[in-house]
Amino acid sequence: MTATTASARSDLSEVGRSEATLRTFLHGLPGVDQVGAEQRTAMLGTRSIKTTAKAWAIDLAIRMVDLTTLEGADTPGKVRALAAKALRPDPADPSCPPVAAVCVYPTMVPVAAAALWGTTTRSAGDAGRVHLASVATAFPSGQAPLEIRLADTRSAVAGGADEIDMVINRGAFLSGRYREVYDEIVAVKAASGDAHLKVILETGELVTYDNVRRASWLAMLAGADFIKTSTGKVPVAATLPVTLVMLEAVRDFRDATGRQVGVKPAGGIRTTKDAIKYLVLVNETAGPDWLHPDWFRFGASSLLNDLLMQRTKLSTGVYSGPDYFTLD
Amino acid sequence: MSDSTGRVAVRKTYKLFIGGKFPRSESGRSYPVQNSNVALASRKDVRDAVLAARAAVKGWSGATAYNRGQILYRVAEMLEGRRDQFVGLGVPDDEVDEAIDRWVWYAGWADKLTQVYGNANPVAGPYFNLSAPEPTGVVGVLAPAEPALLGLVSVLAPAIVTGNTVVVLVAEASPLPAITLSEVLATSDLPGGVVNLLTGRPAETASWLAGHMDVNALDLTGVADPELAAEWERAAAGNLKRVLRPAAGPVDWSADPGVGRMTAFLETKTVWHPKGV
Repeated sequence: MTATTASARSDLSEVGRSEATLRTFLHGLPGVDQVGAEQRTAMLGTRSIKTTAKAWAIDLAIRMVDLTTLEGADTPGKVRALAAKALRPDPADPSCPPVAAVCVYPTMVPVAAAALWGTTTRSAGDAGRVHLASVATAFPSGQAPLEIRLADTRSAVAGGADEIDMVINRGAFLSGRYREVYDEIVAVKAASGDAHLKVILETGELVTYDNVRRASWLAMLAGADFIKTSTGKVPVAATLPVTLVMLEAVRDFRDATGRQVGVKPAGGIRTTKDAIKYLVLVNETAGPDWLHPDWFRFGASSLLNDLLMQRTKLSTGVYSGPDYFTLD
Repeated sequence: MSDSTGRVAVRKTYKLFIGGKFPRSESGRSYPVQNSNVALASRKDVRDAVLAARAAVKGWSGATAYNRGQILYRVAEMLEGRRDQFVGLGVPDDEVDEAIDRWVWYAGWADKLTQVYGNANPVAGPYFNLSAPEPTGVVGVLAPAEPALLGLVSVLAPAIVTGNTVVVLVAEASPLPAITLSEVLATSDLPGGVVNLLTGRPAETASWLAGHMDVNALDLTGVADPELAAEWERAAAGNLKRVLRPAAGPVDWSADPGVGRMTAFLETKTVWHPKGV
């Protein structure tokens, strides 16, 4: 597998200085070997993870879930139910860990904050507690004036969100206006304040793996704390090869700059089997440093139920069914 | 291999029937029966079959009774057309007749059962009070080994005619008529997943089916060993499955089956509806 070692160890702080330097850098990244990436993920997908390793992987995957509801039909009641599920995914089993975060629309942030923490801020001592992520910047299309996207972000942070999931301006990226995309991410990062910034690349609209690699680097150069595959609102969401490319990017970015960036595949991951494939991919590509909820997340809603069913199967010895877990 | 005419012989692979498809066992195992290799289902095939059966419940139980009856009648038609194949597998002619007649008999019950077992209950108030039978859901069936075809049809048809979907563990000794029957089912407009047939050793897989929390009922008719039947009934208690115990003595499969096998896997829904004044 080709690694993106170009410009490694060089000073990357100047890359965002102008359109020309950005373009030179991003187009200087080595191309992705598409066949190789697909072959490698297919091969890693055949790894067999069983018994105690599987139990460990399932618990880790539960701790990595960003439990998400992003529907027009979201109500405060549904968000409260989701928050309750995030805190205690399996009420029948106290040993089941909580998920990493709840992910909602900005209007639902105060409701979720109250349900998760009882207040609008997550206190500093709550290291083990559930985070509150909010999508912002005119999610999912991002097609709104910058001022509105920034206001969207500020309102989510003010409501209590400690993680912001922004979408990049795909229109600008695809037409080669990298500097514009870069500046917007920097602006949203500034508007997010202390909140962690996850940058959604919407890989399903980027068409090629080369573009995914460029967008990953662009987002990381602009200050992203996480890079996320998709909104879940377009037909092609997270895939293993795309995640492989992104994991290579964060690995090489850390080698080059010393800063670690997280990865979040989102959309289309529904089964425990899929989730474990991703964990194998993380371990084999970025390394075990990323096998932690601070550095790898799953954006999902139905995945959690399958993880819980598999967990119950391992602990009780009989197959469980969807009747025993809440729908949302 | 080729025969005297020089043609290459087309040898048949006997596979499982899950979700309307004919997969090999996930385990890749098989066992020999009558000079053929038959798939030997594993625990994970049971899991997949239950998933397929669960997915089919909504469509099949939601189909009109009339439609279910037509499809079951179609199964009898297709069975008639494949008569020679069953005879070739060693099923006696008159057993094939009886199996076809039984399909037709049960097909007729599809749109009559609600009339016979539903009721308008008299209540002391201004309400219509109606009870109607509804399917239980996913039924796990352990099919009898003998008679291979009639026995299977006699446990299969009554379970599905009311809108249940089934996962059948075919008896180890006589899988070939069952797989041929699944080819009949696959070409009879029966939606995929309504019937799932697993060949192999029920002794190995039945405990997974009996303990499965997403299975709603268990038919132990084909279990010869009373201790195993008791063990699986205990496993079935985990989610209060409806259990049909094996008969105490020998069963005359040719006799009038009665409606017991249909009503064993039914729930009764009662609704109160205010009368207009």
